[in-house]
Order: sequence, then structure tokens, then C-alpha cells
Amino acid sequence: MKKKSMLALLTLLLIAGTVLAACGSVKKTASSGKSGEVAPAAEQVFRINFSSEPPTLDPGIAQDNAAITVLHAMYEGLTNVDSSGKSIPGVAETWDISQDGKTYTFHLRKDAKWSNGDPVTANDFVFAWDRALKPDLASPYAYQLYYVKNAQAYNEGKITDASQVGVKAVDDYTLEVQLENATPYFLNLTSFVTYFPVHKSVKDNEKWAADPSTMIVNGPFKLTNWTKGASLELVPNENYWDKKDIKLTKIQISIVNSGATELASYRSGQLDFAGKPVGEIPADQIDAVKKELPSELSIKGVATTYYYLFNVTAKPFDNVKIRRALTMAIDRQKLVSQVTKGGELPAFGFVPPGIIGEKQEFRTEHKDTDLLSENVDQAKQLLAEGLKEEGLTAFPKVTLTYNTGENHKKIAQAITDMWKTNLGIDVTLENQEWGVFLENRRNLNYQIARAGWGADYNDPMSFLDIFTSTSGNNDTGFKNAEYDSLVKQAYASNDAKTRMDAMNKAEQILIKDNNVIMPIYYYSNTALIKPYVKGVIIDYAGNIFFDRAYIEK
Amino acid sequence: MVRFILSKFFYMIVSLFILISVTFVLMKAIPGNPFMSEKAVPPSIQQHLMAKYGLDKPLYEQYLKYLGNLARGDFGISMKMKDQGVSDLIWGSFGPSLRLGIIAIVVSIVVGIGLGMLAALYHRKLIDNVAMILAVIGMSVPSFVLASLLQFYLAQKAGIFKVMGLNGPLDYVLPVMALSAQPIAFIARLARSSMLEVLHSEYIKTAKAKGLAWPIIMWRHVIRNGIMPVVTYVGPMTANIITGSVVIEQIFGIGGLGKIFVSSISNRDYTLIMGVTIFYGIILMVARLLTDIAYAFIDPRIKLSKGKEG
Amino acid sequence: MEQVDEKNVVEHLKPENFQKIGVDEKQAEIIQRESLSAWRDSWERLKSNKFAMTGLTVLILIVIMAIIGPMISPHNYYSNDLYNTNQPPSADHWFGTDDLGRDMFVRTWMGARISLLVGVAAALIDLFIGVIYGGIMGYFGGRVDAIMNKFSEVLYSIPYLLVTILLLVVLEPSLWTIILAIGITGWINMSWIVRGEIMQLKTREYVLASRSMGAGSARLLFRHLIPNAMGPIIVTLTLTVPNAIFSEAFLSFLGLGVQAPIASWGSMINDALTGWMYYPWRMLFPAFFISLTMLAFNIFGDGLRDALDPKLKK
Repeated sequence: MKKKSMLALLTLLLIAGTVLAACGSVKKTASSGKSGEVAPAAEQVFRINFSSEPPTLDPGIAQDNAAITVLHAMYEGLTNVDSSGKSIPGVAETWDISQDGKTYTFHLRKDAKWSNGDPVTANDFVFAWDRALKPDLASPYAYQLYYVKNAQAYNEGKITDASQVGVKAVDDYTLEVQLENATPYFLNLTSFVTYFPVHKSVKDNEKWAADPSTMIVNGPFKLTNWTKGASLELVPNENYWDKKDIKLTKIQISIVNSGATELASYRSGQLDFAGKPVGEIPADQIDAVKKELPSELSIKGVATTYYYLFNVTAKPFDNVKIRRALTMAIDRQKLVSQVTKGGELPAFGFVPPGIIGEKQEFRTEHKDTDLLSENVDQAKQLLAEGLKEEGLTAFPKVTLTYNTGENHKKIAQAITDMWKTNLGIDVTLENQEWGVFLENRRNLNYQIARAGWGADYNDPMSFLDIFTSTSGNNDTGFKNAEYDSLVKQAYASNDAKTRMDAMNKAEQILIKDNNVIMPIYYYSNTALIKPYVKGVIIDYAGNIFFDRAYIEK
Repeated sequence: MVRFILSKFFYMIVSLFILISVTFVLMKAIPGNPFMSEKAVPPSIQQHLMAKYGLDKPLYEQYLKYLGNLARGDFGISMKMKDQGVSDLIWGSFGPSLRLGIIAIVVSIVVGIGLGMLAALYHRKLIDNVAMILAVIGMSVPSFVLASLLQFYLAQKAGIFKVMGLNGPLDYVLPVMALSAQPIAFIARLARSSMLEVLHSEYIKTAKAKGLAWPIIMWRHVIRNGIMPVVTYVGPMTANIITGSVVIEQIFGIGGLGKIFVSSISNRDYTLIMGVTIFYGIILMVARLLTDIAYAFIDPRIKLSKGKEG
Repeated sequence: MEQVDEKNVVEHLKPENFQKIGVDEKQAEIIQRESLSAWRDSWERLKSNKFAMTGLTVLILIVIMAIIGPMISPHNYYSNDLYNTNQPPSADHWFGTDDLGRDMFVRTWMGARISLLVGVAAALIDLFIGVIYGGIMGYFGGRVDAIMNKFSEVLYSIPYLLVTILLLVVLEPSLWTIILAIGITGWINMSWIVRGEIMQLKTREYVLASRSMGAGSARLLFRHLIPNAMGPIIVTLTLTVPNAIFSEAFLSFLGLGVQAPIASWGSMINDALTGWMYYPWRMLFPAFFISLTMLAFNIFGDGLRDALDPKLKK
């Protein structure tokens, strides 16, 4: 027995020893690691988290939020956008627009340089645009350039002569762009990543955009380190023409796909910024954050709409009254204040606030409450009428499909419960994996589906053209000749009033007359910014810019 | 021995081939493609993309081409993480997963067997009860719950550890604790159960009766026999820990292979899915092979050269 | 016995080396205990084990609550009360409310139904497929073992997520699909454990004895080998249940679990995970009951192991 206990003791010692040894070695190196850390104030370091990694940092093919955010710090287009969405000079100092609005002449600044010292010339833009449009690059965002004359035909391979595309370098510092249509928001587009210049050295190196050492950039920052799946690090570009306005000495981006972790990190002082658009604050903690960190919380409306689609080609939602009944029978205010809680606004239209109309915001000029109102009694009546028209005695089995996401799930549950309470109907929920969901939605293999749409450029057109009968994004089966012609009319015109009136009418057809979609809310951008961080800009569309940020402690 | 390993190796290649084929078919059977997004890509661009990655070809042609490239050691280019080689992505993200995994495995085995032995020796005594209560708690608390508890109290509140990242050695402590809690508990129970069985067996009684020294009995009989089921479990556990730490990696913000794998599936990043599957498959098969070899060393009754016919 | 080494004994004692002289099924029966009494025997022993009986009682109570829990509350599991979200436990809501103001008491017991069902289904699959498959691998060894082993290895290596997504696409998303997805590879671990045990056990003397008495393979496997491997089997089984429950939670985590507003314990914990420091009851109750269930399973399993263990028979 004695020996047995000896052995037990030995085992215990062994375990304790291993644990202690592990701890010991850990401690030793940890203290040395800590000395390397420096207080952010002295060093002007900005630390932010991304919930997803940029799949690529090639401006020609980038299309996701994370990549676009980093590219905005690394590149500069012809124009920049200020926080209100207005275009301000970038690489182009000035520009002229022809009378018909179809020719833009950009005059480039002569001091703009690439990070290797080469001058940025008009040819770099011609090279970049041509590259993005070449069919063999297969850029998924090439269509952002379709406003340029013949760009679409060139991209589709219908013409192979690059010189027919409406962009040419008149001289090193003058760029002339011909457009298909007068495009009043074109200056807005030229600040978009697909329009960024690209250095010619990329021609011979397919993998240039994955390696910091081969990325020659023209923006305020350059990439020094990219640890895949973990972090990115940016430092100022010494050759940037406006480097005197750049205060940060380092931007550290971590990549963690967990809102809870991100927030915990922010609270413990490991991050200077947390939340949208590139990260996330968990909905369950927004109440607590509002209470505990009110001065650090920034809530700002962004031009994105959250809505449900009806499949108008199949029963029972081929009936407009049934669609309208469902649309009218929910309480949007309650939903945003009690469920989403992030300062979202109830939506009754498709075009969100922040989008510029004729003189002011489109939504100010054309109130969305004219399109739709909430009224449970009327909804009940409409539902009864609709069912009768369809020859139904009871509401059929209907499924609401949404893609995986905590927020989508919560909203879907709240809305189906409102329908149940207000209309007495049961709607089943079905959560689908993202790819499966998109495929089903695109193939009209659904009854009601979740959707969200954000602005590509600051114009109602960015929203309304997706419901034309030929649009690849019209996942409802809705086809309306009048709607199509109104959108076409707005495309062709260069007159703000004509355009806005046409688009206003189109939106009325979409929502007021046909209830093709059920608007739910306009997004907001909820973020936490440490009080010592200044100059971080979140624009109308929810893009974040931190290139001119600085630390003040 | 050499013949044994060679034949195992041959079987591994065959298994891998089947694995590749089955995964390829499954993967292609799932709706969607790598180029989907909320904003639809125009059809002509979709065609360019399909053509660029050879997805416009018939399935068998894609399959043969993939096998051909694979035979030359070419895993291809990721379809989502443009211009990055699949093998680079795998190696790059495997580092953290591997380091974390190995530490967690060692901790699990050492602590687990130790606890199990103690419990078996003190069967129905206080130590046994305490160890088993610990084991049950370890097994009952889901690892992601444990991870977020640890993160909140030890990192966010107490500030002893970093909330996220894997930059210093200290950063390994919390993820390792979260990862190894369950295996420790399981190993402890398994070890206890099988050691109890051994302790009650006739040959131990015989050995005791023969007057064999207790440590010798312990080593020759109890541990060697008692450890058998644990060895069986270590194989799958190794693979599970190395491959299955997706949630833990996510909570602690570690860019490991698990994360890449889950996102490759939701992105329909075909080449990456295949690459990671093959990689995992190899790890798993090697772990199984090592288990078989370890078996033979521990239990001489099992012959390597040839399984026994009934 | 003569001085022959073990290996020779095995070779000498192959069935074909013996003549069957009147050994039939009936007589084979005589060489082991009567099976009905063996079960009764085990049951008696189990009954006398207080720990095990406590575990069993707790399990029964949880099952009863899963059945009647949702009925004894005035609330239901789906109705929202958006002005009373995240409320702590009170006289009205015994377990508090969740982020949509739903009653956590009812949801916890509705969740119990789902989680227990998933767990038990997975355990049954483990028991039927895993044990038999592993038993056959271990018992026959050689080529049979190699092929079956490889098959399970390949199956185990196929990315589980791919299979699950595909199953959910092809079949209607339902609880059964999830059980199928968990079960389709869940049994493999068990089969490996059983294989290892059987490989070891089959060289034991009593197996030889039984074989020499003319017992067939099936009889050896099911009457002698598997019952003797019951220890590790039960331990593994007690882990299969929580593993299945956690697998379902992981699938919920990826959005592939049960469909809202139905919840399982796992998905409830998932939902609570981001805000548990503010609303601890949302995580506490499902987590507590998962843990309690596991605890009960474990101590009951231990008792069962002891009760079934033929070696402890006096």
C-alpha cells in the first residue's frame, strides 16, 4: 500500500512539474515580449480589427469591404470623397466636364508619386482600367467601369481593340474619359478602387498583390507585413505627395471573426476601434456599451437598406394584396428599438437616407412614408381580400428564408412573431448556408427571402436599377415595363430634376403600387472609437477611412 | 516491420485517392460557386471567371486535371484568396494550429493519464471522486463556453492574458486550456476505467501473489494494459485537436487552419477545400498509423506483420 | 497444461483441429450463465449502487421535465415580448427571458427535447453501428479489418461540413437530417475503440476456452467479447451523448442546426454566448442542464459498467 501511494505521489509530482515547467518557460519569454510594446500616443499607432481577411489587395479585382478599406489607405484615385459624399481632388487636381456630361478631362497633379519614386501619370490609369477590363483578368468588379465608353463591349470580348475604350492619356498629366451616358455621379466612381491606378510592374508578376514587397502603391500608406489569417501592418508611404498630412506612423490590423472577442479586445485596450463597417459589436452587448461607454460610441446612418423580397411569380405572393398585408403588419420602430438596437431607422422605401437627390437628400425630397404605412386593421382586411382573390380559405404554408447570421435570425423571428400576432398567420423560418441561400434566391426558389443592398455610388440609381426586368440582381421575378422605361429615362438624362422624378416614380411602382419588396430598416454604422483617436471618417455609404487619423493623448 | 509500414503506406495512398474523389464529387454537388456575392456578377464576367479557373469544363475533365496537377504536387491557386497558392495558405495557417495542437495534446495526455491513474489507484476514495468530478466538469462544459469564460475572467477582467492573438508564449495558455479540458477529462475517465479493469484482473492478483514488486507490476501490467484504450483515443484526438479547433481559434482570434477550412467551404473555394481535405486526411491517416504502431509496442500480443485470423 | 507457449496454443486450438462431439447449441448454453439471470443480476447490482441510481433518477427527472416542462408554464417557446427582453428570473418568467423576450423556462425544456433526442439518437447509432462494426474489425482482423478500417478512415476524413451542407440541401432541413448528419460519421470513433478492445480481448483464455467448446464467431463476439468490452464502450457512449449535443450546437453556430424559433440547449448557449456577462441566466440554464445531464449520464454509466462487468461477478 505504501508503494502505491508513493507512485501516486510521483504521478502527482509529474503533472505538477509539467504544468509548472510550462508556466515557467511561458513567463520568462513573456516579460521580454512585453518590453517591445510602446504606448500608442508617442508612436501614433492605430489598431483596428477586421472580421474578415481581404481576399486580395489587387484594386482591379477587389470587391469586398475589408479589401476596399485597406486599399483606400494604400491607393489614391483621381478623386477622393469627403465625409458628406462630395468629390474632392485626389490624384487629379482639377477636371473639366463637357456640356453633354459625357467627356471628363482630368488634370493630374505633377507631384504624385508611386512608393518606389516613379511619377503617377495618366498612363497608369489607362493601364489600370484596361487591365481591369481585360477578359482574362476576370475581374468580378469590372462592371464598375462599364460607364466608360465601350468598356462593357471590351470586357465581354465583343471588341478587342483597347484603343476603342473611352479612356486615353492626352499627355502624362491629362486623362480624357469618354462615357456611354451622361453619368452625374461619375466623379464619385473615380474614387472607387476599381478606378485606382496600378503600377506597370504588376504586368509580369501574377502574385504581386499577395506580397507586400511587390506592391507598389500611390496612396498615403504602404503594406509592410501581411500574416495570412492573422494581421496586416501599414506604414506611411514616404513618397506620397501629401505626406505632411499623414500623422499615423503605423496601422495595425488584426483579423478576428468574432464580435465578442473584438469588443473584449477593445475594452482591454488592445484596439482603438471596434465595430462596423469592418468589424462587429455583438447585438447583445450594445445596451451595455451604450450605458458604459456612451462617449466612445458612434452611431451613424449609412446608405444601406435591409428588406425582404417576395417571390412574385409564385402563390401566394403573386397577389399584391397579400404582399401588402404582410408589409403593413409589422412594427418597424419596435423592431429597431428593441431588437436590432443599433440606431437603425425604420424603412418604408428602398432608397436610404444619405443618397443625394436633386438638391438635398433624395429621402428628404421624397418621403418614404408616402410609399407605405403600417396599419394592422387594413392589413388584416387586405389579407382576407387577397386570400379570397386567390381562392384560398386559409393562409397557406409559407417559408421565410434567410442566410446564417445572428442578426438575421433575430429579425426573422421577431417579424414572423409580429405576423402571427397581428395577422394570425404562421410563417416557417428556414436558415440557409450563404451559398445555398444565394443560389436559391437567384433561382426564385423561395417565397420570402432576406436581402440587403448598399450604395456603390451616391445616387438613387445605385438602388433602383436592380429591379429592372433585365437586372441580374432582381431576385423577385418582378417585371414591369413602366419601371424599366423610367430607369432607362433616368440613365439617359443629364438633368437632375428629370432623373430624380423618374426615379421617384420608379420607387413608387416598386413599393407603393406593387409591394415587391418589404423594406425593414436603413442600416446604421455602430462603432466604438477611443476618445484619443481623431480624424477617422465614416462616409455616407459606411466606408471607413483612417488614413488621416491621428492620436491625441 | 518495413513490410508492415510499406503496406500501410500503400493503403494510405488508396484511401487518399478515394477521399479525393469522394470529396471532389460532394463539393461539386453543393449549390453555389466561388464567385457569388450579394451583388450579382454580370453573366459575361461570370463566364470569364469560370473559364479562368477551368470551371466551365465538364466535371470529369476538371477532376482529371486536378488529379494530374496533384500528381505533380500542384495544389493550385485559391479561387477566393486570389493569387495565393493553396499550399502557401495551408502551410501559413497550419503553424499556429500545429503549435497549439501539439501543446494541447501533450497536456491532455500527461494530465489525463495522471488523473486517471490516481483515480484508479484510489478507487472510490476522495482522490478518485475529486478527479472524476473534475473530469465530469471538464467534459460537461462545452469548450466554447469554457473559452469565453476564461477569456472574460482571465484576460478581459484580470488582464493576465491577452484577449486575442497568438504573439507571445503566454498567449497559448488560454486556448490550450480550452482545447485540452475535454480530452483531459476523457482520457482520465478512459484510463481510470481500463486500469480498474486491469487491477481487478486475475494476472495482477497472480503477480501480487507471486510477490512481484508493486512498481514492476504497475509498469509491466497495469500501465501498459491500462493505457491501451487511451492509445486508441489519442489518434483521433490528435486529428480532432489539430483540425477541430475552429471555434476556439475564432474566439481567441487565431488565424489557424480550422478557420480557413470553414471559410473555404462557405466560399466554395474548390481548390482550397480539396487542399485542406487532403492535408487533414494525411494527418488523420498518419495519426492512425502511429496508433497502430504504438499498439504493437505496448501490447506484444498484437502482431504487426499480420492480423490474426479467427 | 503442457509447457507450450501461447502462440502454439492458439494454433492448436483452431476449430478445425477439433472434432465436434455432440456439442450443440443447447450444450453450449450450459457453459455460460443463463442470460436472463445475468441481466437480473446486473440490475440487482445497479440498484445497490446509490450513485448510479441518483444519476438514473436525475436523468428520468430531466426527461420528465422535457416532456411536461413546456406544459406547466403559461408561456410558449416562440411568442416575443419585445419590451421585456433579457429579463432576469422572476415569478412570471422562472428562468428569465431571452433577447426576444421569450420565456427561458419553456425554451430550456423545449431545448431539452431536441438535445436529448439528438444525443440519444447518436448514442444508438454508436451502439448499433459503431460497436458491431468495431467488433467485426477487431475480431476477424486481417484483410477484413484492413478493408473495414480503411473504409471508416476515409469516411472519417471526408469533411464533415461538406456532408452536412449537402445533406441539408438534398433533404428537407429537419431534426432528422441533423441527426443523420451527426450519426453518419459519429460512430467511427466508437468502432475504433471497440476494435482496439476486441483485438486485445480475443487472445484471452476464456475466449479460447469458449471457442474450444465450439462457440461460433457471432456467439463469441456478442456473448463474450463485446460484453467484456462494455467498460470502454460505456465510457465512450457517455461521451457520445455530449459530443452529439455539442455537434448540434456547432452546427447551430454555423447556422446548420435546428430551425428557429425552435432551440436546442446548444443553440441557446450559442445565442447567449456574446452577452452572457450581462445576461448570465441565458447561458446558465441551458449550460447547467447540459452539464447536469452529462453528470448524470456519467455516474450512471459508471454504475452500469460496474454492474455489467462480468469480471466483477462473484
